[in-house]
Amino acid sequence: MSISIEEIKKPENIVYRRPALLTDNVMHYCPGCSHGTVHKLVAEVIEEMGIQDRTIGISPVGCSVFAYNYIDIDWEEAAHGRAPALATATKRLCPDKYVFTYQGDGDLASIGTAEIIHACSRGENIVVIFINNGIYGMTGGQMAPTTLIGMKTSTTPYGRDPKLNGFPLVIADMISHLDGTAYITRQSVHTAVAARKAKSAIRKAFEYSAKGIGLSFVEIVSTCNSGWKMTPVEANKWMVENMFAKYPIGDIKDVLK
Amino acid sequence: MAFKGAIEVDTQKCKGCSVCIANCPTDSIRLSDKVNSKGYHYAEMTGDACIGCSNCATVCPDSVITVYRVKI
Repeated sequence: MSISIEEIKKPENIVYRRPALLTDNVMHYCPGCSHGTVHKLVAEVIEEMGIQDRTIGISPVGCSVFAYNYIDIDWEEAAHGRAPALATATKRLCPDKYVFTYQGDGDLASIGTAEIIHACSRGENIVVIFINNGIYGMTGGQMAPTTLIGMKTSTTPYGRDPKLNGFPLVIADMISHLDGTAYITRQSVHTAVAARKAKSAIRKAFEYSAKGIGLSFVEIVSTCNSGWKMTPVEANKWMVENMFAKYPIGDIKDVLK
Repeated sequence: MAFKGAIEVDTQKCKGCSVCIANCPTDSIRLSDKVNSKGYHYAEMTGDACIGCSNCATVCPDSVITVYRVKI
């Protein structure tokens, strides 16, 4: 049976559409940036759980500073790296709300290391979504604490040298040793399968945060194709070949298992 | 039973990153020869092999793809 494209394109045949929680604003991210995909997954999870009016996001400083323009929920904007501190206050004042922070590696792993470590150590019932692309994207591709050994950035033009620049910081593994964390996972969004798994992980993190058993941490290994000087598709390949060796995908800790 | 699908791209919001093309199992997406008002070659459906699997829309960073599917 043959059917024309126009006959297929009817409202009753829709199987996937943009989540209603995403606003109509055009995202300011570079073409192919993982941020957009993760925003969509977060929006889908909040929509499916029906918690739009009970969710408060804390946006960071970095590329994703404008996250509050894209997802239609309540937002707060934190000082650089201080999102977990703001989330702590918000969650303690409004314990029935879902509170999450959305941070990049320059925000969470560098200037905000103290805040995330202590929020984990205190066992705050918040969700932390951590975008790790191994570079400072917004400021022009400088070395971040998570930059891989040998990786070229604008401040390490000959590659990161551990003698001069130290070793990459693996935050998710570090905080897994803290008793205040409930769920720690590392995901990516470069393929549809990976994105669906990441969505389940984000949903699980939101559900855990309501149980009051500690902090849930979802790291998304991402690309920064502009900072890495690659096309989006090449950047995804490079991420699979290089980033996954240092940042392997999978659950790191789950206290309910 | 088989599925037949189609996609609709919001051409003004598409940035032509091509991640959808890399994730399409049936090679049903290509970049258009035309550009949108921002100068990006936007994604468009090509051929009739689309099965409506939604992989393209799932990985689309700008959420510009709507997917339709029918059983035939």
